[in-house]
Amino acid sequence: MQHENGGIAGIDIGSRSIELVVMGDEGPVHQVKAPTTFDPLAQCRKLMREVRVGRIVATGYGRKLFAETAAGEMDVKAITEIQAYALGARYLYPEARTVLDIGGQDTKVIALAEGGKVGKFEMNDRCAAGTGKFLEFMATALQVPLEAFGNFAMEADRRIQINSMCTVFAESEATSLMARGERPENIAMGLHLAIVQRTLAMLRRVGLETPLVFAGGVAHNACVRTILQEQFDEPLLIPENPDMVGALGAALHGMLLASRE
Amino acid sequence: MSSYDAMWEKLNLDLDAHSGLLQVLGKFYGDIYLSQSGRLQGMEYLDFVLSEVHGLRIKELQDAKEAGRKIVGAFCVFAPEEITLAAGAVQVGLCAGAEAGKDAAEKVLPRNTCALIKSFVGFKLARLCPYLESCDMVIGETTCDGKKKAYEIFEEYAPVYVMEIPQMKRACDRDLWMTEMLRYKDKMEELSGKAITAESLRDAIKLVNDRRRALQRLNSLRAASPVPISGRDVLLINQVSFYDDPVRFTASINKLCDEIEDRVKAGEGVAPKDAPRLLLSGCPMAVPNWKLPYVIESSGAVIVGEESCIGARNTRDLVDEGGKTMDEFMNALADRYMRIDCACFTPNTERLGNIASMAKDLKADGVIHYGLSFCQPYAIEAYKVERAMKDAGVPMLSIETDYSMEDVEQLKTRVEAFVEMLR
Repeated sequence: MQHENGGIAGIDIGSRSIELVVMGDEGPVHQVKAPTTFDPLAQCRKLMREVRVGRIVATGYGRKLFAETAAGEMDVKAITEIQAYALGARYLYPEARTVLDIGGQDTKVIALAEGGKVGKFEMNDRCAAGTGKFLEFMATALQVPLEAFGNFAMEADRRIQINSMCTVFAESEATSLMARGERPENIAMGLHLAIVQRTLAMLRRVGLETPLVFAGGVAHNACVRTILQEQFDEPLLIPENPDMVGALGAALHGMLLASRE
Repeated sequence: MSSYDAMWEKLNLDLDAHSGLLQVLGKFYGDIYLSQSGRLQGMEYLDFVLSEVHGLRIKELQDAKEAGRKIVGAFCVFAPEEITLAAGAVQVGLCAGAEAGKDAAEKVLPRNTCALIKSFVGFKLARLCPYLESCDMVIGETTCDGKKKAYEIFEEYAPVYVMEIPQMKRACDRDLWMTEMLRYKDKMEELSGKAITAESLRDAIKLVNDRRRALQRLNSLRAASPVPISGRDVLLINQVSFYDDPVRFTASINKLCDEIEDRVKAGEGVAPKDAPRLLLSGCPMAVPNWKLPYVIESSGAVIVGEESCIGARNTRDLVDEGGKTMDEFMNALADRYMRIDCACFTPNTERLGNIASMAKDLKADGVIHYGLSFCQPYAIEAYKVERAMKDAGVPMLSIETDYSMEDVEQLKTRVEAFVEMLR
C-alpha cells in the first residue's frame, strides 16, 4: 500500500533513540535507528532523507513536536507509545496477551483485549526508576559500557539483593557493596534483579496473562532477558528488533488510516 | 501600580511576591481558559470574577467588615456555611491550589505532605492570600491526619477554630457531629455578637440550597451530547462558588444555564459528539489547580462531571427546608452533612455507588481517578473505586500528581493513551 506521495512510515521519537520504519506491501521494507541527541528534529530529518514518505505516524515523547514540524510536508498524525507498542507487538505476535516495553525513561505494561486493542495499561510516573535510564546510570557507576552491561552481570557468581530502586539510593547502595569488597559483576546482577522485580510488580497490576511480548531497548539486555524468563514457563516473545516495535506500530496505524480512506 | 495596592498593603501581603503570583495566574488563565473556542457568553461573568479574584471581591469583604460583618475562612465542605451565614458572617473558601508558598511551607511541614496542605500553609507564611488575611476566623477540620496536624502549626499564624469530623456514620457519630455544629453555632454567635435564630438559619439554608440547586442544574445539563460546556469551565464555576457572593453567583449560574439549555436545544457543544466523555473523581482541585483538566481536554476528551469536594460532593445533597424550629433545622443540617462521602470515612461505600451513578447519568465513557500525592485516603480508596468501575463496566485510569508542572509530559502520554483506548 502506498500513499500518493510516497510510502507509509512510523517514527518513534524516544528519550534516547529514534526509530523509523517504512512499510511495503509485505511488511517493513526499511528500518533505521539514530540516537535522539539534544536535537531530535535534526536527527529525524537525517533519517527521513533516505526515504520517500507520503504519510507518517509519530509516537514517543517527540511525537507532538514532530507532527507540528512535519505538518506542511506530509500527512502526519501522532499516537501514544502505548497504542503503538500494542499494535506493533500484536502484528509480530498475533497470540500476544501482554506487552512489556522497557524504554529509555519509561516502563509500560499493556494488557491486550480482544482484537489487539489496549485493555489496560500501567506506566511509571515521572520517576525513571527501573527503566533504561537506571541501567545507564549504573553501568556508568561500575565503569562498564551500557551495551556490555547485561553480559557483564551474567558473570556474577552469586545473587545479591539491592533494595533501592531510586537511582541515587541504588548508587549509594552499590558503592557500599563495593566498599565491602563485593564483586562488581555481582553488584551488576543485583541491579538487574531489582529492575526485574519492579517490572514484575507492574505486570501483576495489569493482571499478567501470557504470551508476553518483551520489547523496547532494554530487551536487548541479555541479563534482564534471562532473569525475566526465569519467572515464566513459556518462552518470552522477544522481537528481533525490540526497539523498533513502537515505530512499527505507528506505521501500522498509518496503514490503518490509509485503508479507511 | 494596581489600584488595590493600598488595600493589599493594609492586609500585610508581600506586595512583590503577590504581584508575581497574579501575573503567573493571569498567564495561566489565558492559556487554559481564554484559549478555548465556542465558549459560552455567560462565562464572561466568571472571567470577570477571576480577573478580580484578589481585587474587587476582597474590597467587598473589606466593606462587609466595615459594616460589622465577620469573615470566616474554610478549607472543607464540612464547614457548615449555613450557620456562618445565619450569624450574619461571610464564609469564603481559602486558597490552596497553587505552589506559590511551597518553600515557606516546607520550612514547617514535611516535604512529603500533600500539595493542598502545603499550599494553604505556604500562602499564609508567604503572605500571598488576601482572603486568609481578611479572615476573623478560619475553620479547620479533622478530615485527614495531614490537615489535622497541620492546623496545629497553622494556628500559630492564623485564628483557627477546629471542628471534629466523625470518621464513621453510626448514630453516635451523628451525635458527635451535632455536638460539633452546636459548638460552632455558639462560637459564631460569640464572634459575630449576633444571635442565630430559626428564621436566620432558615434563610441561610435556603440561600445555600439555591446555590446548590443552580450547580445541580448545571451538572445535569452536561448529560447532553455534544457536551455544552467544558469541564474546565465547570471546575472554575465550582471553585468560584466557594468565595463569590452567593446571591449574585446563583443568579449568574442560572443565567448561564438558560444559555446552555438553548445550546443543548440547538444541538451545539464544545467538543465533537464522538469525543470520549470522562468523569473526574477523587481529590479536590482548588483554584488555580487546572492542570489535569487541561491535559485531559487537550487530549481530545471532554470532562462531563467532577466527583469531588469542588464538584458534586459539595452540591449533590440539599438540606431539608421543611422545618420550623431551630432544633428541626439543626437536625436537617446534621442529616445533610453526614451524607458527605469523603474518603476520610470508613467504610465509604456510598461513594462507590455515587461514582457509578454519576458515570451512568452523565453517560461517561471512562473515569479518571485523581489523587494528590501523599493523600492516603483517596489513594487507598482508588483500589475500591477501580473495582466498582470494573463491575459497572466503566474503564478507569488512576492518576497521582501534585501542583508542579514537571510531570505534564508523562501525564499527557497516559491520558492520551486512555483516550485512544476509549475511542
